[in-house]
Amino acid sequence: MMKDDTIHLPLAAVGPATERPISIAIVAMGGQGGGVLTDWIVKLAEDQNWVAQSTSVPGVAQRTGATIYYVEMMPPLDGRKPILAQMPTPGDVDVVIASEFMEAGRSILRGIVTPKRTTLIASNHRSLSVTEKIAPGEGIADNSAVTGAIGVVAKREIVFNMEELAVRNGSVISSAMFGALAASGALPFAREAYLDIIRKSGKGVEGSIRTFEAAMRHVEPDDTEGGPAATELPAQAAPSSEMAAASPPNLGPSAPIETPAESSFDGDPRLKPLLARIQSLPVEARAMADAGLRKVVDYQDVAYGAEYLDLLDGLARDDAAAGGGAHAFAFTTNAAKYLANAMCYDDVIRVADLKTRMQRRDRIEKDMGLRDGQVMQTTEFMHPRMEEVNGLLPAGLGRWIEARPKLFAWLDKRVSKGRRVKTYSLPWFAALYIMGGMRFLRRRSLRHQGEVAHRDQWLATAQRLLNQNYALAVEVLQFQRLVKGYSDTHARGMSKFDKVMSTVTLLETRDDAADWARRLRDAAVKDGSEKQLDGTIATIRTFV
Amino acid sequence: MAERSFAREVEDLRLGDGEEFRGEGILAITKALLQSGVSYVGGYQGSPISHLMDVLADAKDVLDELGVNFQSSANEATAAAMLSASVMYPLRGAVAWKSTVGTNVASDALANLASGGVTGGAMVIVGEDYGEGSSIMQERTHAFAMKSQMWLLDPRPDHTCIVDMIEKGFQLSEASNTPVMLEVRVRSCHMHGSFIAKDNVKPSFTLQDALNNPKRDLSRIVLPPAAYVQEQEKIKVRMPAAIDFIHEHKLNEYFGPQENAKTGIVIQGGMYNNVIRALQYLGLSDAYGTLKLPIYCMNVTYPVIDTEVAEFCRGKDAVLMVEEGQPEYLEQAINTVLRRRDINTKVAGKDVLPMGGDYTAQVLMEGIQAFLEQHDPMILGNRPPVPDARPVLDLPEVKRLRDVVPPRPPGLCTGCPERPIFASMKLVEEELGEHHVSADIGCHLFSILPPFNIGATTMGFGLGPASTSAFNVKGAKKSIAIMGDGGFWHNGLTSGIGNAVFNKHDGVFIIVDNFYSSATGGQDIPSSRAWNKNRQTNNSITKAVEGIGVNWVRQIDRTYDVTKMRDTLREALTSTEEGPKVIVASSECMLNKQRRVKPLVNKAIKGGERVVKERYGVDEDVCTGDHACMRLSGCPSLSVKVLDDPLRDDPVAAIDNTCVACGNCGEVAEAAVLCPSFFRADVIHNPTKWDQFKAKWTMKVITYLQRRRAGRRVQVAVA
Repeated sequence: MMKDDTIHLPLAAVGPATERPISIAIVAMGGQGGGVLTDWIVKLAEDQNWVAQSTSVPGVAQRTGATIYYVEMMPPLDGRKPILAQMPTPGDVDVVIASEFMEAGRSILRGIVTPKRTTLIASNHRSLSVTEKIAPGEGIADNSAVTGAIGVVAKREIVFNMEELAVRNGSVISSAMFGALAASGALPFAREAYLDIIRKSGKGVEGSIRTFEAAMRHVEPDDTEGGPAATELPAQAAPSSEMAAASPPNLGPSAPIETPAESSFDGDPRLKPLLARIQSLPVEARAMADAGLRKVVDYQDVAYGAEYLDLLDGLARDDAAAGGGAHAFAFTTNAAKYLANAMCYDDVIRVADLKTRMQRRDRIEKDMGLRDGQVMQTTEFMHPRMEEVNGLLPAGLGRWIEARPKLFAWLDKRVSKGRRVKTYSLPWFAALYIMGGMRFLRRRSLRHQGEVAHRDQWLATAQRLLNQNYALAVEVLQFQRLVKGYSDTHARGMSKFDKVMSTVTLLETRDDAADWARRLRDAAVKDGSEKQLDGTIATIRTFV
Repeated sequence: MAERSFAREVEDLRLGDGEEFRGEGILAITKALLQSGVSYVGGYQGSPISHLMDVLADAKDVLDELGVNFQSSANEATAAAMLSASVMYPLRGAVAWKSTVGTNVASDALANLASGGVTGGAMVIVGEDYGEGSSIMQERTHAFAMKSQMWLLDPRPDHTCIVDMIEKGFQLSEASNTPVMLEVRVRSCHMHGSFIAKDNVKPSFTLQDALNNPKRDLSRIVLPPAAYVQEQEKIKVRMPAAIDFIHEHKLNEYFGPQENAKTGIVIQGGMYNNVIRALQYLGLSDAYGTLKLPIYCMNVTYPVIDTEVAEFCRGKDAVLMVEEGQPEYLEQAINTVLRRRDINTKVAGKDVLPMGGDYTAQVLMEGIQAFLEQHDPMILGNRPPVPDARPVLDLPEVKRLRDVVPPRPPGLCTGCPERPIFASMKLVEEELGEHHVSADIGCHLFSILPPFNIGATTMGFGLGPASTSAFNVKGAKKSIAIMGDGGFWHNGLTSGIGNAVFNKHDGVFIIVDNFYSSATGGQDIPSSRAWNKNRQTNNSITKAVEGIGVNWVRQIDRTYDVTKMRDTLREALTSTEEGPKVIVASSECMLNKQRRVKPLVNKAIKGGERVVKERYGVDEDVCTGDHACMRLSGCPSLSVKVLDDPLRDDPVAAIDNTCVACGNCGEVAEAAVLCPSFFRADVIHNPTKWDQFKAKWTMKVITYLQRRRAGRRVQVAVA
């Protein structure tokens, strides 16, 4: 009764929720300069005779974990200091500065970015978390989810790649974030006041100022109006090219694989007849077949390229017969991709070949920023085992040795050890060079026989399923993605492949077989321990 | 040498009367100690107290001028025992540590100290690591204060108030012959603020004076019958003296209108700022603390001053006790005060506020609102809209985000020497199966998280080895215990290794020796390798272990040698020798090493010296994107990148330019036979003539060969 009374009391609020301090939350990862930025903001306010308070909770987050710094500031009133809170309150934060894109997402989940209050300043570069890295395939979080959320929760957003901008201008991200804050106009302080703080910091001042100003320009490209160009901002939040490169490819269910442009390079006359054959494939699959063909020829030779096209032609014919036109020839496109990958298995020859190429050294020199007058050497960490060497031998000899475990073990003892290979010393280079040139051995080798058997069986299954369940057949082609890596990793990949293949045959008659196949593949790609995969298989076994 | 240098901040410790101090809370506390005329200080590092220890270590000159003895205590018990200097002599002393963990360790000494009582002011600064961001179990120090009868100060989060309470705290300690605890929460320790300084005070009675005129008094020693007398003294003399002092010097504060209020709020001092913000949301305060209802702010939370509480509550319908954490000691105490006096004011507390967890402004606002709705709805009036993020969190776009944003657990730094230790453990695990692993406190505890997922329990600092002692069973798989060098010297040498020797425990004990107390900020410890002018470093862990009776000891001087690390571990696990197998795995903490070495390298390069700079890389076309290397690493500089190749689905490994060339990834790839993608690039800065000559001719031959093959190959793309 009484409570009901109060709601209808004809009273004004006892007082307005009086003016509150300006609040700024900085979400960063340990060691990302969040502390420096916090100090700068505090000094900035204090220099304007405001009272500023900052707090942080480093705790265990100090080492690469997520950390939050919090600043409140307000001018004193008749000599009285404001009483400032020690942590952000959801729904009551004026500025959130995120030094990384997923951290911006995390700040939204904390409820500190709200449409009525918050200016969100975020760098959209990614620093991947360990869980994203350890997936045995594609495990990177989806940026678009953050972009989408920012669009609806921030009063105003200033999003761009501050890390890249800072590096380009010879500084660190904190300077860029400080510039974005200045440009946002969220604090009633002049640009000069910000610059003063940087100048007084005394360390890397020039780079910091350059970065600060570049960030300001980025936010308000046309400085003549003075005020921050708020309305233009969302447009600028569009991903930069770096972002596009860092975002994962779409690997959805029946893989609408992005169609690469066909390479216009066809200078080598030996390649021309093969390239011509691609034109007989469905148009949707040509670009992928073009890429696949080039890969296969580069891996081995023109004849191998012809073999690739022969196989692909057969698959494309089956596709057409199965009504592939209605599916945009997804089967042929996927076949073009995964067949090329299956044919270009990783072996010692390929590794040696890649390591001795000219482009490889060029790339490393560029990565290391090698300058004139400097000398560069690289050391490879190789650990060949007898399995790899034996695989190279002609099939008959290889099998003969395999059949003699004692001999095999004796040889393995001599072969299998960690070797540090100085790539650009003459003896080692020569050894790698010769090994890289042994492609002529490949197609008669024991390894090749095994790979061909695997390939034929896999394609046969896919072809068999094609008429019965088109989507499932496409999924089966994509299973090849699980086979990759070297030695034990390769063996594990094969065992995963076998697991999903045998499971799929159990449920191939079901309508939802393709969905299960995709789930199986996802589980295998996302989880290194195979627990998830085994779990999915166990689930399937409960109903088949 | 600590991770952070406070050389500049130390100058602030010299500020004199009337000058304004601006800086971190923990520095303000340090300054307050000097203003109080302490003779000796000590403690043990750990968040949020580490910076206090670092500042003191950097402040040697200032301390020397004032004649203050600073000890880097071996552990918290050592620090607490040091306060015994104040038992017989009029010496002021202070020690500091992370609480409750440090208080747990120190409690034996504290109980003895509190029983006998003190002559000079004795203070324990406890960094209350409670709530968000805490790295320890969620408990309160309050219980320790009560059980040993030490006064507990909990000042408002305001530098002036904290500094004042430290000065008054020493006086209180002396007036009541009782040691005092001053509790500061994590955020207050790291809070930037200001206060007006006073001159530092040089103690008039010095440590030398004490040593030259030793005193003893049997009645101060805890032994029957003195112990019984001391108990009575605590109750009859010291407690009343403390209550008088606290009341007289107005250590507790009153805010807002005290007359004719229907309701009021009683708070722990530390809650003040967030309570004001909560009241502001409800329209009951402005940002400067102009209140519409009364607050009784307990800057001293033990003892409770009965008369003050009674006076505050009398005439009010209800009061709300704002007390963080459990159990609700203060709420119970207030109820007792009121019942004894038959004052019928209702006491609310944990009925409207949560029993555990951070008291954020949001939580407090909800609690205070519920309290006022029940007991004084008129004061709330028609409420201004309060901040509420719930509608935003319910948006579909935000809900979707919940499944996307990955957790970001803390992990080992780039180049950490502990990474290869755990990578090796993973490799051995693959061979010999999983083992029971007891973890310890320190950076190495990050092993319990992805990607390593190693470690079943952690029982306290230096107690990793001790916590395997039950598994002293013959013939089964051996237990593995991990302990850092910090934990080793803190107590692990005796509690873990000595214990295992004495009980003939066959388990495996790995001591992670990274030359510093790294997790707490890189402080020196007895086995640190650096030269330290104030301490004796370079005390060998291996020798200590041998000295205590271990026969099977393996010293590994480069943990990055994954093959050796793995083989040693395998040997330890399969050895049939009796007694503990101790592996001391030593390599310098990379964070500290980089700070030490980087400037030297840059200087050498600038000076024209020949310097080889190393960095690791991945051949992106050799890497197949399986990420097995990540599952054995988790190095921040080892990440993945998406290739611009339609044929590739999975991102490949990539090493960014933060790589410090520790070599772990190459070593792991080799030891685990992962793949040949990793390489080390050595760039010679300022090469010699011979370097240049050799490189030039080698590359001539190599380029010839490369051109030759490129010419024969079918060109598939623009070169």
